[in-house]
Amino acid sequence: MATFDVQTVRSDFPILSRTVGDRPLVYLDNAATSQRPNQVIEAEADFYRHHNANAHRGLYMLGEEATELFEGARAKLAAFVGASTAESIVFTRGTTESMNLIAYGWGRKFLQPGDEVLITEMEHHSNIVPWQMATQATGATLRYIPLTDDGLLDLSDLDSLLTQRTKLLSVTGMSNALGTITPLAMLIQAAHAVGALVAVDGAQMVPHMAVDVEALDADFLAISGHKMLGPTASGGLYAKPELLEAMDPMFGGGEMIREVFHDHATWNTVPYKFEAGTMQIAQQVGLGAAIDYLNALGMDAVRAHELDITAYALDRLLGAGARIFGPLSAEARGGAISFWFKEVHPHDLATILNEEGVAIRAGHHCAQLVMRRYGVPATARASFYIYNTKEEVDALVDALARADGIFTF
Amino acid sequence: MALDDIYKEVILDHYKSPRNKRELAGATFTCSANNPLCGDEITVFANIADGTVAEVTFQGAGCSISQSSASMMTEAVAGKSVEGAKRMTADFRGMMAGEVEPDEDVFGDLVALKGVVKYPIRIKCAVLAWDVLQDALDGAGEASGVQPHTVS
Repeated sequence: MATFDVQTVRSDFPILSRTVGDRPLVYLDNAATSQRPNQVIEAEADFYRHHNANAHRGLYMLGEEATELFEGARAKLAAFVGASTAESIVFTRGTTESMNLIAYGWGRKFLQPGDEVLITEMEHHSNIVPWQMATQATGATLRYIPLTDDGLLDLSDLDSLLTQRTKLLSVTGMSNALGTITPLAMLIQAAHAVGALVAVDGAQMVPHMAVDVEALDADFLAISGHKMLGPTASGGLYAKPELLEAMDPMFGGGEMIREVFHDHATWNTVPYKFEAGTMQIAQQVGLGAAIDYLNALGMDAVRAHELDITAYALDRLLGAGARIFGPLSAEARGGAISFWFKEVHPHDLATILNEEGVAIRAGHHCAQLVMRRYGVPATARASFYIYNTKEEVDALVDALARADGIFTF
Repeated sequence: MALDDIYKEVILDHYKSPRNKRELAGATFTCSANNPLCGDEITVFANIADGTVAEVTFQGAGCSISQSSASMMTEAVAGKSVEGAKRMTADFRGMMAGEVEPDEDVFGDLVALKGVVKYPIRIKCAVLAWDVLQDALDGAGEASGVQPHTVS
């Protein structure tokens, strides 16, 4: 198994050398957003310094360079997720926009009363609310795959949930609130067997493990750039080309049209019919650099590093007396670990850990159905990436002791 | 910053032994709110009659700051006139905005929450219960404080 040197990786991330008060920053909120290496920061700055122009418009050298860099990033993103054509990637601001584009462009056009959309109780709000809106607008029905007590999808009743009425299954590949890796290959096969399409929320999966969307045969894959070292507002939606052809655009405006008349307009070819107005060009170029960075490490090595650190963190947190939500084996999950430490409210815990330089998330993680399922208003969540070390896990666990000191009555 | 500023003994005392944390039978006002950021929920019950806040209780789940603030509030406003309770609510918000220097004789234990001002993201935890109380006090103004009134 290929590996990489974590200290070398860390030296590429300038923010990791800053302090919080007098403590070194221990950044453990990667499921919310990752940090960026110099290579990405420089790629974005370099675009502005040397190549900035609007893409697909200027008939001059800068315009050509900007277009080439922007489209180059699209090709990189396509290859990164195993898509054989760059045209199957629509650039978006990230997963939320991608899910909304599926729900609007496909859902509102094709869903009808009697149809069902199947999602799961472990979804992020961005894979719930767009489907509530689309099913309410079309008269279709929204159904949920429930969860087991140990944070897995409860597939015992799948046959009655996934039926001929199901037009789409939309499911996360890796839960942001529980860490759970879902059995995508099996779910996609089962959905296709009843004629349903499958949308995969790849926000947490794509940054952390190798994904081959064509081997999986997923119909849609939503991708976040800022969770995989890219700039904010970078990311995309993969969709099978015939689906992109069939879908309606969500935004009307410049660039997405072919011809405009008084009473109607015709659409540009895919993916451009979905990219109205000036896009986040520098950000997607930065995402291209992030992909280069991850490819140089190797996604198998990225996963191996996170398996190692997640296993260590699970062990140490359980040893410290934390209650963990989601799978207890590293192989079954990603590096986002939701927990309660004794009776300390997650908000109090986050404040105390911050005093030790440790940044974790406290809250419902945009997954209120998960919180309700497990009977908690919120959880604390530590989440890891390529630059995190076991020493940082130790810093987290050591800081828990301070919370213990304050809240043990 | 030091954790002593926020986790003062009096705050932890109200958190571990909250005062007036119960449903109030026959409450004339019952108002609820939640903090969507953290999932904290709080319900405030109040008996307000003849322009006086006779009794206030609360129920809910939340962090030490939101719970202790609610507990202290129930003690601080009991017996005050509606106008007096409104003034106190405004002063508390002012303290949490760093704009009002609290009168320790009036504020009592509540002064302890002043340290939360150094933790801007936690200020809304401290203010949550007072926002709910404000709904009840406003309701008292509208309804002359005699009809049962529910705001959610």
